[in-house]
Amino acid sequence: MGYQGNFRVWRGDADGGGLEDFTVEVNEGEVVLDVIHRLQATQAGDLAVRWNCKAGKCGSCSAEINGRPRLLCMTRMSTFTEGETITITPMRTFPIIRDLVTDVSFNYTKAREIPSFKPPKGLAPGEYRMQQVDVERSQEFRKCIECFLCQDTCHVIRDHEENKEAFAGPRFLMRVAELEMHPLDEGGRVDAAQEQHGLGLCNITKCCSEVCPEHIKITDNALIPMKERVADRKYDPIVWLGNKIFRRQP
Amino acid sequence: MRAQISERTLRTDRWWLSPLLTVAGLGLISVYAAIRTFMNDYYWVGEYHYLTPMYSPCLSAECVPAASHFGQPLPELPGFLTPPIFIIPFLLGFRITCYYYRKAYYRAAWMSPPACAVAEPHKTYTGETKAPLIAQNLHRYFFYAASILLLINIYDAIAAFSGEKGFGIGLGNIILLVNVGLLAAYTLSCHSCRHIMGGKLKHFSKHPVRYWMWQRISTLNGKHMQLAWSSLIFVCLTDLYIALVASGVIGDLRFVN
Repeated sequence: MGYQGNFRVWRGDADGGGLEDFTVEVNEGEVVLDVIHRLQATQAGDLAVRWNCKAGKCGSCSAEINGRPRLLCMTRMSTFTEGETITITPMRTFPIIRDLVTDVSFNYTKAREIPSFKPPKGLAPGEYRMQQVDVERSQEFRKCIECFLCQDTCHVIRDHEENKEAFAGPRFLMRVAELEMHPLDEGGRVDAAQEQHGLGLCNITKCCSEVCPEHIKITDNALIPMKERVADRKYDPIVWLGNKIFRRQP
Repeated sequence: MRAQISERTLRTDRWWLSPLLTVAGLGLISVYAAIRTFMNDYYWVGEYHYLTPMYSPCLSAECVPAASHFGQPLPELPGFLTPPIFIIPFLLGFRITCYYYRKAYYRAAWMSPPACAVAEPHKTYTGETKAPLIAQNLHRYFFYAASILLLINIYDAIAAFSGEKGFGIGLGNIILLVNVGLLAAYTLSCHSCRHIMGGKLKHFSKHPVRYWMWQRISTLNGKHMQLAWSSLIFVCLTDLYIALVASGVIGDLRFVN
């Protein structure tokens, strides 16, 4: 059974904008993106929204629904009551292009700052041999669809624009962790995580994990293990001494 | 230029409830712990050899001699200082630097942020890069200290089966056992423990025992928040029960002897 739903959608661009009210038909089984498409087709033909797969796998339709960073295509209308006014806004952390579309190029800049996988010397592609138990930890991080909801919700840059230069954000600290935990990587990522990618700015409040549509345990499995590795290197004299005595490679 | 949205948050759910409950819970427990610390009484039930975990180990000369399982190497404390003053810095340090509690009080007490996608009130933010918060990196040392105190608590719980009349089992014994069980689960589920046991390894396949331990601890680690709260609350309940028995307000429910 369909009903007429109440929506507030942010419309505007870098010069200004605001929330506009709409009443749109909602049908059983629909997600928020379906409603946005109906709104586009019937009332606001120039409404800008970025989308692609409608299956929660491309990471394009990231926005904020009732103030919470969500994928438009994975938020079911059945989670709201019929009388509820649903507010849809663009991601706050990134510069606005128009309506629900933001400029996420900050993330691509941060991605380029992380050196790629560095295999051991003398080992050519095709010669890599790894045990499954050694790679499965970092495989969890490969589930990332790069929707950037974790970057959007992270208060380090959401509330403090000035930290953008120093902080890579949870998505890319997770990338550093993925490489650091890779059994063949010799990139030496730990010092860079703290000094170049701003791991120390993270205060592990877990919002990145809460919003991840792939349910990756970003904080517990990537950020905290990296913080512990940094503690090994920089704040633990016992580990430092052990490495010296037993001539271990830290 | 970001989208111009003046509201601090557009969240419509009760996002404020969780930080409110956290502040209330931690505040209540802090007040209780402070009262009991400075009370300096009712921590030992001589008849059944129950010692509250808040006063264990009791190392100073003013302790009830039978409650000092490890002797009294420290002199009588001056002024308002009481025996727990030697253990509280370690227990408090372990909890304060714990990754779960950090999340809890950064959100609830410091509002950094109060909840996800709710703007924090602070103008600047340096995270854990500068003093004093850079000291959070010392968590592993507090983990070592808390592990030693846990072993002492386990000893106390076992010793409590032998009262003045010999072997016996009472409700206090069950409470002490549950208490050390929860403390052990919380301590073992610690993120630093997970790292030390195996998380730091790059090749699990070369260290099967440590990999096995890491897997077990990872399972416990998934319940770290629940264990943090349950162990904290149960320490207070254990202490309260022993205080009530020691003061004669209630008697211990005995099952054997």
